[in-house]
Amino acid sequence: MRSEVEYTNLSGISGPLIFVQGVKGVGYGDLVEIRNGSGEVRTGQTLEVDEEIAVVQVFEGTTGLSIKGTRATFIGKSLEIPTDREMLGRVFDGLGRPIDGAPQVISDLMMNINGLPINPYTREYPRDFIQTGISAIDGMNTLIRGQKLPIFSGSGMPHNLIAAQIARQARLLTAHEEFTVIFVAMGVKFDIARFFIDSLEESGVLPKSAIFLSLADAPSIERLITPRVALTLAEYLAFTEGMHVLVILTDMTNYCESLRELSSSRGEIPSRKGYPGYLYSDLASVYERAGRIQGKKGSITQIPILTMPSDDISHPVPDLTGYITEGQIVLERELFNKGVYPPIAGLPSLSRLMKDGIGEGRTRKDHAQVAAQLFASYAKVKRIRALAAIVGEEELSDLDKIYLRFGNVFEERFLSQGYNENRSIETTLDIGWEMLSILPEEELYRISKEDIQRYYIPQKGDV
Amino acid sequence: MKEASITGRIISVNGPIVKAEGLTEISMFDIAEVGPDRLIGEVIRLEEDLTIIQVYEDNTGLKPGDEVLSFGRPLSVLLGPGLMGNIYDGIQRPLIGIAERCENHTLIGIADTCYIRKGIKIAPLDPEKKWDFKPTVKEGDVVKEGSVIGELQETELVLHKTIVPPGIAGKVAFIVEAGGYSIEDPIYTVIQDKKIYNGKLADYWPVRKPRPFKNKKSPITPLITGQRILDTFFPIARGGTATIPGGFGTGKTMTQHALAKWCNADIIVYIGCGERGNEMTEVLNDFPRLVDERTGRPLIERTVMIGNTSNMPVPAREVSIYTGVTIAEYYRDMGYSVAVMADSTSRWAEALRELSSRLGDMPAEEGFPPYLATRLAEFYERAGLVETLSNEEGSITIIGAVSPPGGDFSEPVTQHTTRFIRCFWALDKILADARHYPSISWIESYTEYLNDIQEWWSERESEWRVLRNDAMNILLEDNRLQQIVKLVGPDALPEDQRFILFCAEIIKNAFLQQNSFDPKDMYCSPDKQIKLLKAIMCFFRKGKELLLGGLELSKLLSLDAVSEMVRLKSEIGNGEIEKIDAFIQRLEYSLNSLKEEVNIPHTPDFSKGKSANKDI
Repeated sequence: MRSEVEYTNLSGISGPLIFVQGVKGVGYGDLVEIRNGSGEVRTGQTLEVDEEIAVVQVFEGTTGLSIKGTRATFIGKSLEIPTDREMLGRVFDGLGRPIDGAPQVISDLMMNINGLPINPYTREYPRDFIQTGISAIDGMNTLIRGQKLPIFSGSGMPHNLIAAQIARQARLLTAHEEFTVIFVAMGVKFDIARFFIDSLEESGVLPKSAIFLSLADAPSIERLITPRVALTLAEYLAFTEGMHVLVILTDMTNYCESLRELSSSRGEIPSRKGYPGYLYSDLASVYERAGRIQGKKGSITQIPILTMPSDDISHPVPDLTGYITEGQIVLERELFNKGVYPPIAGLPSLSRLMKDGIGEGRTRKDHAQVAAQLFASYAKVKRIRALAAIVGEEELSDLDKIYLRFGNVFEERFLSQGYNENRSIETTLDIGWEMLSILPEEELYRISKEDIQRYYIPQKGDV
Repeated sequence: MKEASITGRIISVNGPIVKAEGLTEISMFDIAEVGPDRLIGEVIRLEEDLTIIQVYEDNTGLKPGDEVLSFGRPLSVLLGPGLMGNIYDGIQRPLIGIAERCENHTLIGIADTCYIRKGIKIAPLDPEKKWDFKPTVKEGDVVKEGSVIGELQETELVLHKTIVPPGIAGKVAFIVEAGGYSIEDPIYTVIQDKKIYNGKLADYWPVRKPRPFKNKKSPITPLITGQRILDTFFPIARGGTATIPGGFGTGKTMTQHALAKWCNADIIVYIGCGERGNEMTEVLNDFPRLVDERTGRPLIERTVMIGNTSNMPVPAREVSIYTGVTIAEYYRDMGYSVAVMADSTSRWAEALRELSSRLGDMPAEEGFPPYLATRLAEFYERAGLVETLSNEEGSITIIGAVSPPGGDFSEPVTQHTTRFIRCFWALDKILADARHYPSISWIESYTEYLNDIQEWWSERESEWRVLRNDAMNILLEDNRLQQIVKLVGPDALPEDQRFILFCAEIIKNAFLQQNSFDPKDMYCSPDKQIKLLKAIMCFFRKGKELLLGGLELSKLLSLDAVSEMVRLKSEIGNGEIEKIDAFIQRLEYSLNSLKEEVNIPHTPDFSKGKSANKDI
């Protein structure tokens, strides 16, 4: 055990960073306890160290710290949190400390919040279909247990409603297993956190959920820790306790902004839009903590939510997220304005793990083909709509007019559904066939003849 | 293990970059073992007494004053039997071995096998496994560098040849008899001018140094991938270089997986560089089950994987592509054709950027270091068809994926890459959105290998180049006409132009689009590709003729054969392509009966001659 020396010699404070001088035996990544003149304790982490100076990032921010009177104690280990089943049903702050008035969590098991990279060889490829009861997701962008599937949204759009609906309705078709929700708020407003808590309470999952809040008024650097604390608990619950954990992270854009703030105060060379060059690797260290592991019962499914600044999907945050996550659910302003709920965009949304989680024995044999055909036909609708905007609908061919009708009905009946409407996968696919049956049989080139014969509903001559 | 010859101590730690002093005799790119856990690092810069080391493992907890050791040896990979079917991290630690070793360790509080612990050291190749080795030289024979001295069956698919390493030549003074030997057993001795070399089944080679060969040749055979859009429209040659740029969700990894599964190289080196963990898992799951069409053996037997996923340490990502390509060169030197898939080179470039920024280098474009282009060039130049030191023919084909931010191809990595490759397979967001896979754009993509490999195809089908160019012209014409259609609608076009639009649609749906989950469609043999293309082009040529003769377009479009054509690819397997011939006959018959309707007296031959000879 090392003796803990208190250093009082600060050479500077800049943004969230303090520079401690004359340090000895400090390790890279070590945890730091910082006390100001009035004895208030803050937590920090060593970012850089040489023989003279340690650069320390203070999670609670540096407001109220002074060069003289601030004392720093280096603890020879990284940030750890206790992990225990008792943490379910509790509310924590962004650093994992209880804020619900109940006592501290006591556990023998302290876990490093940074985790360790999962060996790809020991991963189990995720295949279990999760029914969310939302047609646009189940039918066309299936969520799989152990997947990381973000919601790309824009300001004002109902991403929180959708996430809450998923948390409430999600279930496995094959078995009933222990299921928990971990809700992580980063820089969001209190009422959004309140909405989630209420929604979890209504559906009765609150006692089995853990909530981590780093709200908009919390110091921004704290947000860099919050998802790691939450995922550490998730790993414990999933891989030690064998639970199926759904982690909702909102809002990842705020997380990235905190990272940018830290990077710029360290004077690093920025890459796109001022974000640091390592944004991809940093996001990966959060997202890659989802998954399943061979021989373990539990799983971690992540639904990160992020708002795209000015609905721009090529902004670094959604862009780099999309490169790491296994697909994305994109919300579309146009559908939202039309009053479609959930406004899940037909084309840019994607679930990469869908292909192995659907089909005979999992959902239904025709699922993959129906989804592919809906995508292809809806893509055609988009092209025809663009044309109709120029030449006028009257000028379109008869077939094109049928496509337009298909497009409208698809949005009204298939995409749209109620906030409390929980559709089975059978219902979703049957509605899909109803939609496809609007089109002439020859247009269904992605579907086998056999399935057309079985499911296609011939129209009664009124087309 | 021999004692460390050079020691020093850390003076500062900044992320994965460690500065140390006292290592006066160390050279650039030597390995250094850092701190109490002896983490693996590599010397990347020397400044007077300062040594700058990038550490390939998580280095939290390192302190100024900690010890640094070096053996004065560059970062190397161990090359020998046992590589096939294995999966390594960026610095050739076997991930399977790590999982087994971690069995009884307490890691982050829980005893667990699923995480990669730092400081773990495991031999890349099993030192105990006995290989059934047969010598091919006798004592007294004279050998030179690259000579084969013996063979062993590494997997059912791969005959492993043990080769005299570059730089060694002389008389064989000792060679073992046929029998079971491990990679640590002495196998042979070569003596020249009193210099004695004792050879084993395995040997080290520095990753950043290309292995030598006799000379490079021009590529002449295509690398058949079984993907129609690639083989027919944008073929790559064995020994060639290609890049697959595409935004997220456009199918880079799906394309790389399809290539690794179906391309007809002898050996596949798959480098997952900074990508998703589940993608490596998918390869590990699928490849032992998928069977190679030519040999009937599982694909894993010809595959080596390097998996440095996005959450593993960044510097190891930088080195992972060199590890992969060095292994590829080793098998090339045995006379094999090797295909290297690197997914994704953008993550590699980002690792380079991150490290260079921590060193305080002056950045060039978008924060990337100025030497990005040089590094890319060096990597792609390790591809090629070569005459090996033992006068055999071996090749390395490199296919690198690029992940441009925002799908914008004007960014530095894509732009620099295009300077060093000869095949550009651009992925298209719009196609991907419509779930048209592979979503490779036929407008933006190009290949420079057409002339090199034309002869190979012409031997199978004399008209191949003409068919391919005519089909390409239809697609280009369609692209041009679509601009007009966007403004006035298709019905405003004359019938012959609408016919082109229709034929382009058939090419897209019946030929370009390929379903990687359909057992009959996932791999398309060259002969099936030719027949399918012939069927479509037969419809186009005869149809055009009929239209000129005055036939109504609607009659042509409503032929039953047309909707049948779209399903040919998934209904007829590679082994029954005579059915496509039968289809073509039926198609010709029904087109000829239409001909009687319009009463064309005399048939000018459209099928030959008049096609554009311009290459696209």
